[in-house]
Amino acid sequence: MSPLLGIESLTIQAGGKPLVSNVSFSVAPGERLGLIGESGSGKSLTALASIGLLPDGLQASGSVLLDGRQVVGARDRDLVPLRGTVAAVVFQEPLTALDPLMTIGRQVGIAVRRRAKRDGHPTDSITVMGEVLDLLDQVSLPQPQRIAEAWPHEVSGGQRQRAAIAMALACKPKLLIADEPTTALDVTTQAEILKLLGQLVRERNMALLFISHDLPVVAGAVDRVVVLRHGSIVEQGPVATVFGQPSHEYTQSLVAAARAFDDALEIAP
Amino acid sequence: MTDTSLIDTSPQGSTRRSWTFTIGAIVVGLHLVIGLSTLFWTPYDPTAMSGGRLEMPSLAHVAGTDRLGRDLFTLIMIGSRIALIVGTGAIVIGGLIGIAIGLLAAFASRTLDDMLAAGLDILIAFPTLLLAMLIVASSDGASLWTAIVAIGIANSAIVARLTRILAKRVLRMDYITASRISGTSWIGVVAIHILPNIWPTLLVNLALQFGLAVIAEASLSYLGLGTPPPNASWGRLLQEAQGTVYTAPLGAIAPGIALVSLVIGVNLLADGLRDIADPTRRRRR
Repeated sequence: MSPLLGIESLTIQAGGKPLVSNVSFSVAPGERLGLIGESGSGKSLTALASIGLLPDGLQASGSVLLDGRQVVGARDRDLVPLRGTVAAVVFQEPLTALDPLMTIGRQVGIAVRRRAKRDGHPTDSITVMGEVLDLLDQVSLPQPQRIAEAWPHEVSGGQRQRAAIAMALACKPKLLIADEPTTALDVTTQAEILKLLGQLVRERNMALLFISHDLPVVAGAVDRVVVLRHGSIVEQGPVATVFGQPSHEYTQSLVAAARAFDDALEIAP
Repeated sequence: MTDTSLIDTSPQGSTRRSWTFTIGAIVVGLHLVIGLSTLFWTPYDPTAMSGGRLEMPSLAHVAGTDRLGRDLFTLIMIGSRIALIVGTGAIVIGGLIGIAIGLLAAFASRTLDDMLAAGLDILIAFPTLLLAMLIVASSDGASLWTAIVAIGIANSAIVARLTRILAKRVLRMDYITASRISGTSWIGVVAIHILPNIWPTLLVNLALQFGLAVIAEASLSYLGLGTPPPNASWGRLLQEAQGTVYTAPLGAIAPGIALVSLVIGVNLLADGLRDIADPTRRRRR
């Protein structure tokens, strides 16, 4: 089976200075892959490059095949239909993930309507609203009707993040890219969102590209990990192998740091 | 819908909105009704000598007469119409050009953006009035429309700079990227996200520009570069009253009050409109 996302020697440069160099990995349909590393290691850039949304001034080279189509060097117009249908993203900061001037129902509705149009389904407001409420229910938002009518500033961070996930799901993507989706949330909310993501990915047989710097979070969410440092891959493999017997010095220090943190929690009364 | 614990009910701006909006709407509405009514009816013929020279207010002439014996209230009513035309025309011209240039700069490449930004800064460095005088002086002569176009162009630089910076801020938000990922084109992003998000701030700025345009037109007319006779403009009324300001101060006070009330009214109205346009300042129904 050909990979859903195949990255071959991807290099991202800013004015000649490489930020990501020679990164290669692939995500198979239905597979859950974790991309880990410290801040500035190029995790998010790699994710943005994989859907052709690098910020201005950054150049990507190498090859990114998304569902069999080349993303590097492609014109934006050709990528528009590819995005959403193949890959959708959930971002780190729930505060800026939703348009503050649109009710949550309308925002999710825009994504629902676009997909319905693409698939040739009816796009009347009653059908769309029904599907919006259904999606909000699937991401375990209580009282979907009330949430749909609410403005983003009226609901909590966890609820905003759930709404953002509902928006990503509305496109029915084959690959869900989660860029540190739980970093800005408190620990209990974090656990709930992780559980929800895992459940949705399993139910819908989506592939998941999970980006995080938090080892325990990644360990619970994915099957395979890629460890990035200073824009290069230092290690990749199944979670059990990489975290169980880390071969690279950097991974060993990451795992040791996470263990030390856990131990500190154990000792605390 | 009984659970309201998660809903922000902070009183921010909720009570203020009602009175600014109401007073603004009443004042602007009054100017609008008076201005429009002059198209069909005025108490006296604005060009005719309907009374003695420099009469004090009376039942026949509520604001008295000017030095030519014309009814001052009639002239101020017509001035209302002129001011509304100038303000509206200037913000429509300034808004359309300004928003277009601002959006262009926000989306443009670094070089073009820098060039546009520098150009706008240079334009803004000129006082609006001076720029408008330059444009009027280089056209065939003073008319209402050259004044409107001149003030509109001068305004557009300020609107463009504001649009540029507001749009750039919105463009950095994750929901723009999320929307792009779900397949929205750039034009869609502008229509769905950028314009609604920058609109509340732009609206208040445009209202400010409306007030400044009314003042600019009055200044141009005062200098003889604005609305030519026989149309009455508040600025020319003030200029005509200058010679008799000590003997008949009402000739300057009355158009002055009309001018100030319209400018303040528009600003109050815009403040109220902003609160309505921005849901974070609005109370949940």
